[in-house]
Amino acid sequence: MTGLKTIAVAMSGGVDSSTVAAMVRAEGHNVIGLTMQLWNQRRLAGREGMPEQVTGRCCSLDDVYDARRVAEHIGIPYYVVNHEERFEREVVRPFVAEYLSGRTPIPCSLCNNHLKFDQLLVVAQQIGADCVATGHYARVEYNDARGRWLLERPADRSKDQTYFLFGLSQDQLSRTLFPLGGMTKPEVRDLARKHGLALAEKPDSQEICFVPGGDYKLFIDAYLAERGESLPDTAGELVTADGEVIGEHHGIHNFTVGQRKGLGVATGSPLYVIQINGADKQVVVGSDDHLYSRTLRGHRVNLISVDNLREPMRVAVKIRHRHEPAPAVLEKIAGDEVLVTFDQPQRAITPGQAAVFYDGEIVVGGAWIA
Amino acid sequence: MMRRIYLDNNATTPVLPAVLEAMRPYFGEHFGNASSIHHHGQETRAAVERARDSVAALLGCRASEIIFTSGGTEADNLAIAGLTSPGDHIITSTIEHHAVLHACKHLEETACDVIYVPVDGHGLVDPDDVRRALRPNTKLISIMMANNETGVLQPLEEVGKIAAEADAYFHTDAVQAAGKVPIDVSRIGCDALSISGHKMHAPQGVGALYVRKGTKLQPLFYGGRHERSRRAGTENVPGIVGLGKAAELAMQRFECGDDSRMCALRDRLQQGLLAQVEESGVNGLGAPRVPNTSNIYFDHIEGESMVIALDLKGLAVSAGAACSSGAIEPSHVLTAMGLRKHRAHASIRFSLGTQNTGEDIDVALALVPETVARLRELSPVSKKQAVTY
Repeated sequence: MTGLKTIAVAMSGGVDSSTVAAMVRAEGHNVIGLTMQLWNQRRLAGREGMPEQVTGRCCSLDDVYDARRVAEHIGIPYYVVNHEERFEREVVRPFVAEYLSGRTPIPCSLCNNHLKFDQLLVVAQQIGADCVATGHYARVEYNDARGRWLLERPADRSKDQTYFLFGLSQDQLSRTLFPLGGMTKPEVRDLARKHGLALAEKPDSQEICFVPGGDYKLFIDAYLAERGESLPDTAGELVTADGEVIGEHHGIHNFTVGQRKGLGVATGSPLYVIQINGADKQVVVGSDDHLYSRTLRGHRVNLISVDNLREPMRVAVKIRHRHEPAPAVLEKIAGDEVLVTFDQPQRAITPGQAAVFYDGEIVVGGAWIA
Repeated sequence: MMRRIYLDNNATTPVLPAVLEAMRPYFGEHFGNASSIHHHGQETRAAVERARDSVAALLGCRASEIIFTSGGTEADNLAIAGLTSPGDHIITSTIEHHAVLHACKHLEETACDVIYVPVDGHGLVDPDDVRRALRPNTKLISIMMANNETGVLQPLEEVGKIAAEADAYFHTDAVQAAGKVPIDVSRIGCDALSISGHKMHAPQGVGALYVRKGTKLQPLFYGGRHERSRRAGTENVPGIVGLGKAAELAMQRFECGDDSRMCALRDRLQQGLLAQVEESGVNGLGAPRVPNTSNIYFDHIEGESMVIALDLKGLAVSAGAACSSGAIEPSHVLTAMGLRKHRAHASIRFSLGTQNTGEDIDVALALVPETVARLRELSPVSKKQAVTY
């Protein structure tokens, strides 16, 4: 980094982004702390299945309080920006709609694409910042030879968040800093302690931020009830891979590919959800073997390290956040659609999740699994 | 060091030096409890009563009709809860401060019926709407004097007459009017009127409620017999002294024409901004307004970004309402006036205090247009969406 910049830090009130703020501040940059108010936890509190008290982590007043205290401690201006409307439109509603059509969504990627690296970048620019720094574990750097901004895996593999960042455009990457890319989590906590941050020991957040307790089904019920909408009837048949009807289910949104529990049928050998057919509301079950597949189709592809896929490319593909990238061939089939052919069949390729393509450390790009 | 200019006096005002001086002894040598019978108590009791005289003079009422409170919110709650009983009907407006609106909402959920009369495009309540909303059991009408966001002054005298004819109590939240325009409770014809110290250069944490003599008022909480048993709790003597001094100073400012000086500054700011910035306008223009407030929309901007960008350049203004996290929510006042969401989001409130100078206005006139231009240039709203109003 050359010269001093004005940097907006996206502060969530957690250890990572707080440490980022302290780091860039210590480097002498002009730093502005921003917290995005994305979801009002009190909206659904007390509804059936939802906790009476606000317990979720997202945008809780406690987190804003923590972020504000950090900003004050390190001596930077701090503001909360309200993006609740957009978050609901771009993240929450699609999240609900995806489940109701039998897919398994990743709200974090939507949030990154439509809020953190879109709206927040706009606000940051408007208020005079050159770029936005976040607490994501990933690296971004400009590659002269390729003439492109590259997204790369971080030093701490266990914290790798590149899977959620595959949707970033070149423009977005050019104005983004990931100061934690070269650090491990314990190093980050150490640094937080060195900067005297009171939240250095604060536990990591794990669950989907706006779903209290992690039960998305209860969230969907409460959300639709709050909006005065009824849960669409997606009940239907439980069928085997051969088309034999072996039971009924109460709604396709209760299932995820690979799921074993809660099928409501007892058979000799373990049964898994192998496919969900949104159109005819069928949940297809089968043995573990049926879960394996060698190919996947991805759509709405976003390419980062290359500008186009002119010929098939050897990559490693990650099909869910906790998945070791598996060797595969990536090829374009039409427009923004790609075909991934794995060397070895992969278990539980799940529509709605992302397939992210890696070339060693480098993120080639990603697509949504169709 | 960046020069900081404060044009958010409807949020709070700086305590004037003379007010601070008046208060100072009551943090130290004059520390007595105003209820004590000894010398120390007598000293502070006298100070509280002198302050009561000053506040009564500001409002045109008797000293015995003033109840000191912790602020405007308590005064509003005391009036609304204290003048009504379960089963009563209340009339208020859609543009009230949350202190009134949420107090009414609470009663609506538990014991009373409430009607919220609308406002027109200028932000004015139509007294005929109030009249039409009357019911045989209408016990209280609460309409604010000046709106905090637009500064628009409501037709209180007409509402006062309607209330009198209907034999209903009439309360007005005058928090944003006190110290800015002369107030006379008998002309307004109100039974209760709230003011807040910190909106008129007294400290935060003190306010007052005027309650017409002979009006039966239920207290909000119970304890000692302070404030004629209408507001239990040891008096906030330094705050009350500050409020008294601020009331005196406000009256002096009316006498020397400081309100017209402020009005001239406000008008210069407003006209300068409208002249320099295209697609801008004043919310509430055409209605009578307090002399310190101008709420201006700059189409195609986000008020939230504007407030932050200006703050980073040293100019303090506001937009919308701050929610508990500190994020900005769209103003219920502007939406009640019929502003489309985009325009409500694009509106900025400039509010002056007696400390503001012509130089402050010059700086604002330089900073605001360039900031609007930057925001518009970078705005996804102006580029992508064809917004119709």
